[in-house]
Amino acid sequence: MIKRLLKSLSAGWIFLLGVLIIYLALGILSFPIIENALLTFLKLIERLLPILAVVFGLMFFSNLFLQTKRVSSYLGKESGLKGWLIAIFGGILSTGPIYMWYPLLGDLKEKGMRTSLIAAFLYNRAVKIPLLPVIIYYFGSLFTFVLTGYMIIFSIVNGFMVERIGGEKK
Amino acid sequence: MKGGVWTLSRIKQAIMKTLRSFKQTLPILLGVLLLIGLMTTSIPKHFYSKIFTGSKIIDPLYGAIFGSVAAGNPITSYIIGGELREQGISMVAMTAFIVSWVTVGLVQLPAESLMLGRKFAFTRNIVSFITAIIIAILTVFTLELL
Repeated sequence: MIKRLLKSLSAGWIFLLGVLIIYLALGILSFPIIENALLTFLKLIERLLPILAVVFGLMFFSNLFLQTKRVSSYLGKESGLKGWLIAIFGGILSTGPIYMWYPLLGDLKEKGMRTSLIAAFLYNRAVKIPLLPVIIYYFGSLFTFVLTGYMIIFSIVNGFMVERIGGEKK
Repeated sequence: MKGGVWTLSRIKQAIMKTLRSFKQTLPILLGVLLLIGLMTTSIPKHFYSKIFTGSKIIDPLYGAIFGSVAAGNPITSYIIGGELREQGISMVAMTAFIVSWVTVGLVQLPAESLMLGRKFAFTRNIVSFITAIIIAILTVFTLELL
């Protein structure tokens, strides 16, 4: 019966079930850890709800306006420098945690977005303009400038390598 | 816009597609957020300062490994990075730690695999892990030159 139930569930629900089992097991061993983890989880949800709304809002508009042909011309194989610039600046300017952008990127991938550009977008999520003053405070402006420069350059290297090694052949 | 984008059927189609994606994404996002909640509360900040050995070769690797496993706001990585620096941990190790914290995500790996493909997610994380160490070495080397 459990086998049949698992078969009817999608991979996402199985993943969530697995996490809940970990919580349950740890909850039996030490309830305060789980209590604190759940409080952090609720705080995260509260903080991320507006970003989630933005991501799904963007997804709605991409479903409405962006046809496969258009995505291909901006972010596909033939996008060239334009595609790289969109991925790099899109990654830098996008807010919220990296995993909030997976659904939209998955959607764009289905419409023809290049694997290398997805990887570059995700890499540039690490360059967070609002947090630059914090890095400068801790490590100085020269360190921040050099590190940020290398991260942008390596986002392109990362993109090419991921596409070459991990890109699905069509 | 040929045929008009704002037709009722197109809007309905777009809403249905977005809702379908939302339904698929919801359990994955909840799972990742629960894991992050668990990681951030069960690993105290001072834990990271205890793992480094002082070795110039092993510490950058440790930095990248623990940065990859850790989850949470990047600000936390900067605070820990600042603490590591004060304790005399090498700049390369500390930089590898903060770069891998923001570019590699083992906690998010299941979600990334489910939504962007397993091969893509694994390759991206492995490549990001290696580049975190390279970036750390290059950054420190460049700073020494300047």
